Amino acid sequence: MKKRYLGNQKQHRFSLFLFLLLLVLTACGNAASGSESANDTDTAVSPSASKAIQNKGSDTLVNIALAWAEAYREVDPSVSIAVTGGGSGTGIAALINGTVDIANASRAMKDSEIEEARANGIEPVEHVVAIDALAVILHPDNPVSQLTIPQLADIYTGRITNWKDVGGNDAPIVLLSRETNSGTHVYFLEEVVRRGEKDNEDIFAPQTLLMPSSVGITSELRRNPNAIGYDGLGYVDPAHEKVLAIAADADSPYVLPTVATASAEEYPLARNLYMYTAGEPQGAVAEYLTWILGPAGQEIVAKLGFVPLP
Amino acid sequence: MTTSKAENGRNLKEAIIEGLIWFSGISAILIIALIFIFLLKEGAPAFVNVPISSLLGRRWYPIEDLFGLLPLLIGSLLVTVGAVVIAVPLGLITAVYLGEFAPTWQRELLKPLIEVLAGIPSIVLGFLGWVVLAPLVQNMGASTGLTAFTGALILAYMSLPTIISITEDALYAVPNEYRDGALAIGATQWQTIWRVVLPAARSGIVIAVMLGIGRAIGETMAVMMVTGNAANIPSWRTGLFFQPVRTMTATIAAEMGEVAQGSVHYSVLFGIGIVLFLITFAINSLATRFVSGGDGRATRRRAQL
Repeated sequence: MKKRYLGNQKQHRFSLFLFLLLLVLTACGNAASGSESANDTDTAVSPSASKAIQNKGSDTLVNIALAWAEAYREVDPSVSIAVTGGGSGTGIAALINGTVDIANASRAMKDSEIEEARANGIEPVEHVVAIDALAVILHPDNPVSQLTIPQLADIYTGRITNWKDVGGNDAPIVLLSRETNSGTHVYFLEEVVRRGEKDNEDIFAPQTLLMPSSVGITSELRRNPNAIGYDGLGYVDPAHEKVLAIAADADSPYVLPTVATASAEEYPLARNLYMYTAGEPQGAVAEYLTWILGPAGQEIVAKLGFVPLP
Repeated sequence: MTTSKAENGRNLKEAIIEGLIWFSGISAILIIALIFIFLLKEGAPAFVNVPISSLLGRRWYPIEDLFGLLPLLIGSLLVTVGAVVIAVPLGLITAVYLGEFAPTWQRELLKPLIEVLAGIPSIVLGFLGWVVLAPLVQNMGASTGLTAFTGALILAYMSLPTIISITEDALYAVPNEYRDGALAIGATQWQTIWRVVLPAARSGIVIAVMLGIGRAIGETMAVMMVTGNAANIPSWRTGLFFQPVRTMTATIAAEMGEVAQGSVHYSVLFGIGIVLFLITFAINSLATRFVSGGDGRATRRRAQL
């Protein structure tokens, strides 16, 4: 009796294994045929399609970059643009390793990164493509509505750990941040945690939760009344998150981030968004960048809630 | 003449088959050796270029060259220990029920179902943890739902199928004569299980637990989604398990994409890989030792049936 059972079980396992194997094989087959047919449609639309641009980096920029790539298909159907996110650091590392044509970054490249690129024989060229206001956001139930940058620095370094010290409830502060590969993280580190001071070596408090994406920050924020986070203006939904008014210091006026205050340079946390190319852009990449900086490209920036170049 | 020709052919076939079997046997060792050499080659510079005192530091913040591995080690340890404390008793009890108490139809229904659980992709469990478990943990009074405890719960769930399935196999391998003998001298069913069956299946149970631990310590995606990824050393004062932590595996996964090949950060990430490799190696050797300490190979074979 027992022997029978064991035999059945083995048979069962074997069939399960076969089933899974089949599943994997069909999945692979589908994926392969899927990408093939995608290529087919590409060539069908434009028989001369040959130019492909690899575009990777900042998650802040990824939505704009996708919208640009999509709109550009109508401008020049012979160019296909592949856009991926992953963070500014990821895009810059890919540029240094020579695997992308354009790296998106929400921060300027560091000197050390430029040196690494040069060591690999790549001369990175910087292009400012849009402006972003970095919004500091809270749960809607949090009574705090404005903070100064020194207060934010104290909060994010862990010198202030309770909301009551900045005029809120008696509750612990939960710090949310992007991962260290995010340009937004580095910008926030330099401009807020270190208050823009060059010799300041403060870093984020160790209990800071590092979220892998902008969406990670907003979805944790919506369910945690004690959390504080930051995100690009284009990602903030004022219906679900409270946007703070920020002052550069205690004597300055508190300013809410909007397209108007960011382009007038009244909001203290406005920054440039960049695209980097390996060397001066040539051919299709150069045309694409010219189009981005022109009125059609900048109109898309405004439509997505970011700030177009003046 | 013809017979010797046939014999020659057979010998040749034999030799080829033996060669193939030898090759498959040796290939596993070869691949492991290659992986380890690769890890060493990429990771060794970390232990040369970064001073040991810095590697033992309390802060992990690679963009400022702070490479303290302590918070990552403690993070992995907390999550894994938490998972083991939850999963081992639960898994063993389930296996005992399945092996000793459940009627045949229940066992034949439940066991395949449990094995299917092992096939759920970890990212799906991580998503469940993020959406369902994290708010629950937050409601229990933690300042955030993304904590070591949340990670431990998810990992416990992931290692349960392994523990249950292998333990049940080990119990099954215990000869029925043992049970009959124990019952015949007047032992209750519980005494039989606790004093006779479980000790007899000990080596298989140890393997089950070790494989469960291995699964827990190596898991990445689910843990990355629910532990908060704060390179934080939790203190007793504020609830050891109810604080965010960052595990070694999640660190490698989150940061590998951003590093330039050959940089210090890159080699430190591979260094973490070496540490993980050594830990799993230690666990496996410990398991083998524990098992061969008993009646050795024979029981292990039986347990694997």
